Amino acid sequence: MTKQKFLYGLYNDDDIMIDGIKAMQSKGVKVNDAYSPFPIHGLEDVLGMKWTRLAICAFMYGLTGMMMAIIGINYFMIIDWPMNIGGKPNMTFLQNMSAFVPVIFEFTVLSAGHGMAITYFLRNMTLPGMPARNPHPRTTDDHFAVELSPEENASHSLEDLKNMLKDTGVVEIFEKERITKFI
Amino acid sequence: MGIGVLSLIYGIIDPSITGQRIWASTLINGWFFFGIGLTATFFIAVSAAAQAGWGVVFKRIFEAVSMFVPVGAGLMLLVILASAFGMNHLYHWMHAPGDYLIEGKAAYLNIPFWIGRTVVFLAVYVLMTLMFRKRSLQEDATGDTVGFFKRNRVFSAIFLIFFGYTSVIASWDWLMSLDPHWFSTLYGWYIFSGMWISGMIMVLLLTLWLKSKGYLPEVNPSHIHDMGKWVFGVSFLWTYLWFSQFMLIWYSNIPEEVTYYMARIEDYTVPYFAMVLINFIIPMLLLMSKDMKKHAGILSFVCVIIFFGHWMDVFFLVTPGTMKDEGVIGIFEIGFMLGYLGLFLFVVFNALTKAPLMVKHHALLDESLHHHIN
Repeated sequence: MTKQKFLYGLYNDDDIMIDGIKAMQSKGVKVNDAYSPFPIHGLEDVLGMKWTRLAICAFMYGLTGMMMAIIGINYFMIIDWPMNIGGKPNMTFLQNMSAFVPVIFEFTVLSAGHGMAITYFLRNMTLPGMPARNPHPRTTDDHFAVELSPEENASHSLEDLKNMLKDTGVVEIFEKERITKFI
Repeated sequence: MGIGVLSLIYGIIDPSITGQRIWASTLINGWFFFGIGLTATFFIAVSAAAQAGWGVVFKRIFEAVSMFVPVGAGLMLLVILASAFGMNHLYHWMHAPGDYLIEGKAAYLNIPFWIGRTVVFLAVYVLMTLMFRKRSLQEDATGDTVGFFKRNRVFSAIFLIFFGYTSVIASWDWLMSLDPHWFSTLYGWYIFSGMWISGMIMVLLLTLWLKSKGYLPEVNPSHIHDMGKWVFGVSFLWTYLWFSQFMLIWYSNIPEEVTYYMARIEDYTVPYFAMVLINFIIPMLLLMSKDMKKHAGILSFVCVIIFFGHWMDVFFLVTPGTMKDEGVIGIFEIGFMLGYLGLFLFVVFNALTKAPLMVKHHALLDESLHHHIN
């Protein structure tokens, strides 16, 4: 697991934090991330976050689930052991398709849902049992934090970054390590 | 509208077009466009009852579409009364003395009760629609947003309860009784979802058209995105209900139930299933991604196709019950549909010009103007 050291600034108000982020960005500092106990409207635009690709993953997982369900049910119900249920045609997949639609649908949803959840955990590195990613316990309560990477802002010294943070009205500045990659 | 009148004259002159075909067309189009208008009223009521803020910028468009309800109700009443007084043979149960199954339903399906229900439903729909419109204009004039907001909520709740029951009963009366031997408990919802999607398509198309003409500057991509979601979601609801009804009947295979699908599948195999697949697959694939739901061109393309798809749906609700295997979609049907569409657009555009396109006073107007989703 790769660990990286980050510089954090803790705020006690979300508006002060957003103004702080904008002030830091205007000085050419790249703000890596922000932590908040609740969703803040427009924060991702301020941070310049890219749109999530989770929807594309969901579509892929759904397609995978649908294919698996079709292949599976075709083998179980048509090839291996055709069952006579209410005299329905059981010779070909297509003629009996209506009966299989609910199963295929459910399996598609199951795959897409579980795939999305696992992808989300992996991508955010919040798999069950992993250390909490938020830098300070109070970012889940009533405080807000910004995250700066000293390595990515190599043009500024660490002292400069700390001073700049101080000017934006932080209540606390601290450095902390967190896991950034699994390998 | 002119095309409709021409088609009607053509239909009367051409001897190959029977009276039954003309009357079936009046029922198909009457119900389809009346349903679109009624959906608009329903959506206004839902927005008010749920205190939905985002859709306030669309309020005038929904109102304009709902202004077709009085006209559409008149056209429906024309078909209903003409059927009841024996001017046509749309409703088989009126002309089948001695039919054991139909006589068993006589306590419900008899002409006086049937007309009574229809008149009451249509009257309440028309009055409630006009009331919502009038109150909206009053709100603009007086600016008493809080009072109107609270009272509208009550009226909307009353309307929704009434609509919830009567839209189902009306679908039995006007459409399901075309196949009087057959019944389905899912029918009301299926019809309702069909008219809902048609109404949402119509409002979205009008919005996109007005926006392309430079009106409605307040409508931003987030609003369009939300309407795209509605079209996408309600398409799924419609398919879900269609399939639920179909699969249960197909699986149980009980003679008195499968007659409905026998009539449709044996005589209209290809167009019937093509209609279902188009109405499902086109919105599913094309409107799945977020960018597509904001793209005016793709939205219009999908909307126009499934608009005709859902007209086909109504066509297949009516035709097998009234025309047996003789139903066709010829120049006459298409012309008649365009005629109704012309009348519909005439009424709606007239209503649009009567009031400013944007409400001036509404409790949630500010929320709607700043509507922004990612």
